[in-house]
Amino acid sequence: MGKIVTIAVKEVRHILRDRRSLFIALMMPVLMTLLYGYAVNLDINNIKLAVLDYDNSSESRELINRFYHSGYFIQSQSRPELSDPEKVLKLTDAIAVMIIRPGFSKAVIDRSEFQVGMLIDGADANMSSAASSYSAVIFNQFLISQMPPETVIPGVTLSLQVLYNPDLKSSHFFVPGLVAVILMMISALLTSITIAREKETGTMEQLLTSPVTPRQIIMGKVIPYIGLAILDGVFVYVFAVWHFGVPMIGSAVLLLIIGVIYIIASLSLGVLISTLVNTQQLAMMAALTATMLPSVMLSGFIFEIKNMPAVLQVITHAIPARYFIQVIRGIMLKGAGLEVLWPQAVALMIITLILLGLAAKKFKIKIG
Amino acid sequence: MSSISVEHIVKSYGDIVAVDDVSFSNESGKILALVGPDGAGKTSLLRLMCGLLDFERGEVSFGSINLRYDFEEIKKLLGYMPQNFSLYPDLTVEENLKFYAGLFEISKKEFSRKKEFLYEFSNLGPFRKRRASNLSGGMKQKLALSCALIHDPKILILDEPTTGVDPLSRRQFWDILKKLRDEGASILVSTPYMDEVVMSDRAVFIHHGKKLTEGTPEELTAMYSGFVYTLQVKPTVDTMEALNSIEGIVARRFGASIHIYSDNLSKTEDISETLADRNIEFSSLAQIEPELEDVFIQMMGN
Amino acid sequence: MNAAVVVNNLTKKFGDFTAVDSISLKVETGEIFGFLGANGAGKTTAIRMLCGLLLPTSGDGIVAGHDIIKENEKIKSSIGYMSQKFSLYPDLTGKENLVFYGSLYGLFGDRLKVRIESVSELLSLGEFIDRPAGSLPVGWRQRLALGAAILHEPKILFLDEPTGGVDPVFRRRFWETLYKLADKGTTLFVTTHYMDEAEFCRRISIMHRGRIIELGTPGDIIKKYNQPNLQETFISLILASDNNG
Repeated sequence: MGKIVTIAVKEVRHILRDRRSLFIALMMPVLMTLLYGYAVNLDINNIKLAVLDYDNSSESRELINRFYHSGYFIQSQSRPELSDPEKVLKLTDAIAVMIIRPGFSKAVIDRSEFQVGMLIDGADANMSSAASSYSAVIFNQFLISQMPPETVIPGVTLSLQVLYNPDLKSSHFFVPGLVAVILMMISALLTSITIAREKETGTMEQLLTSPVTPRQIIMGKVIPYIGLAILDGVFVYVFAVWHFGVPMIGSAVLLLIIGVIYIIASLSLGVLISTLVNTQQLAMMAALTATMLPSVMLSGFIFEIKNMPAVLQVITHAIPARYFIQVIRGIMLKGAGLEVLWPQAVALMIITLILLGLAAKKFKIKIG
Repeated sequence: MSSISVEHIVKSYGDIVAVDDVSFSNESGKILALVGPDGAGKTSLLRLMCGLLDFERGEVSFGSINLRYDFEEIKKLLGYMPQNFSLYPDLTVEENLKFYAGLFEISKKEFSRKKEFLYEFSNLGPFRKRRASNLSGGMKQKLALSCALIHDPKILILDEPTTGVDPLSRRQFWDILKKLRDEGASILVSTPYMDEVVMSDRAVFIHHGKKLTEGTPEELTAMYSGFVYTLQVKPTVDTMEALNSIEGIVARRFGASIHIYSDNLSKTEDISETLADRNIEFSSLAQIEPELEDVFIQMMGN
Repeated sequence: MNAAVVVNNLTKKFGDFTAVDSISLKVETGEIFGFLGANGAGKTTAIRMLCGLLLPTSGDGIVAGHDIIKENEKIKSSIGYMSQKFSLYPDLTGKENLVFYGSLYGLFGDRLKVRIESVSELLSLGEFIDRPAGSLPVGWRQRLALGAAILHEPKILFLDEPTGGVDPVFRRRFWETLYKLADKGTTLFVTTHYMDEAEFCRRISIMHRGRIIELGTPGDIIKKYNQPNLQETFISLILASDNNG
């Protein structure tokens, strides 16, 4: 134990003395969050909407009002002489036309069947799908506001995504995933570099001839970085909640506990990488390749796993970020607890144990 | 019983045999120098002795402990100083010492006594708060040695510890080694400096992974076959050419004079005649005792 | 104008620390000059100023006919520099390294080819020229580095511990090559920690704590202090200098 502490203390000194690397380790996650948070913003605003309101009631005006104040729709050019919705789409800059036929207000009050027409220009697929989901949400919100609270509205169905991200904000979806990607990357990068550095400078030779076991070296080296990675995670988390307004519905403690398991998995991956390379430069490249690509592409961070080819779907099971992204989204956005997330937690535990075991086994006591 | 014993060691990297059936031993209270040209296999040999490399055949033992069976016990006995600067440059002198003290589980009380002792002989005391990266070459090597000495090792293995170190620091470094030897340590040191070999008790010459010979510096010097002359003359290209054209001799510049090596016969007459033929004036030509470096060059040349 | 290097009261300060303290010396063309000193005495800083890589705090000097302050860029093309650190690209072959360094000095085409041939003959590089530089034994790497430094036929060659860690056989061969260069008129300015090599030099200076404390031929200096050899002379000089101040 004393030896682990000795190595950990030394490692903390390295971390604190190398101010530039420390700055990068702490600032990079924040910068990445900012970049991803804005650049990978799939929100679509300013959809131009024309309305043909033949009902002209307080209810119809309320509905129209909700659309224009949602932040997603704006008014298109006004061409009152056009009465054919298709012509409106063709001749004005409108992307969507809403047609409210007479009898709308009566139907709302009577709760009788009624259809409000919505015509959307499908040329821009992204824009049209956004327009359709946004209008569904806004329309439902309108209906709910018109009903007494206990009433059940038959036939209302919403997609899952809309349910758990009712504002349809993509940053709410991306930023928690980003925490997973950043933690994986930073942890693997830092540990693989610190071990490769000892090989490069020759200090590893002296370490190995001292009475320390590989396990002690790994533990001593990894423990300080768990702290640093938690700090990074908290940074990004705070940033996500404050800056992007990502909700935190579930338990922060549970998130921290599973987060630490995930960090240990990432650090072990770093140790494993460092056993295969001898220079800091190679360690850095290997760590970035081994973490960035799978964690971004195959984890469900951007692309839905269920839409991937079968082979890739199988591979995603080996990627720790896959599970942690589900965990962090579940906890932050849905308020899920361990009763829902236990399969992910168990999977993470297993991966962590495998990686840790491999790292300890592969860690060479010999230098050549 | 020998405190360091190496028997029939073989180590190869693929097809290349780096260490080829090398055996030697060293007693307590002695310094053994390991000498050989670059690529002779010195570093491989020292590394495998410290358990850092696997080797195919042979035995390494320290006292009665065999490296293959009880490496952990050996680590406690052994102080190793690798060839490259092996300290943490961003840690201070004292932090480096403290780190190794921690690895060897040396108590706080013991450490504060030990470090003062190490500072005293290394003269590093005034620099204890300085980062290792800001030390001069000689001081770095003394600190590396101090780190290797933190647990009072009975056996020291040092890989070219004085390369790139100025003569004064080298002298001081060797004064420390001699003191440790007199206290009973068994020291194995590789070096490219012949004057350090002369200060050792014995030396082993290795070349192409094989042991060429071993002995005390006096015994080794006596192995020189042939004669060495010193010629006091201006060492111009013409003079060198003239001398080297004489059969059976090799002439080399040696400072301001020339050393002439001849295989077996006395060649003084040939030399004076050749120089006279070419109108080259010289002040003296005398036979001298060969030095250890002459022996080294002769052996490596063959 | 026969001197290759002339400096007067050259000083370099880093903040409060005086790395080089008013040194003056003169090196003749074709001379082998040994620039000795303890670790951290300021030798590398002094050499950097002579090579035009570092501006002095005060003092002046002329190297290869160029002013070290006003014409420091011109100095670079008339000198060669080889440092103790391995300055070749380990993943390129010897020849590729030479081609690269040659083209940095404006050599190309037939001229470059002729120079590489003559350098590899002078240094007997032979088959080693086609191997990756990183795979060569230390002694051969040093020769190759020397080759890269003399491709452009510099008037002055600065060598900063060229033989550190090299065995005696290789060191001898290396010095034979240096003599050949000197005989052709190249001025050699060498630092070394091997005192036997220092005795190969025509004149030497001994530097300590930024100052030159002795300057002359090795023989004269040894005689002056009545010591058996240069090594003992060096040690006693530095110790005496430490005791006096």
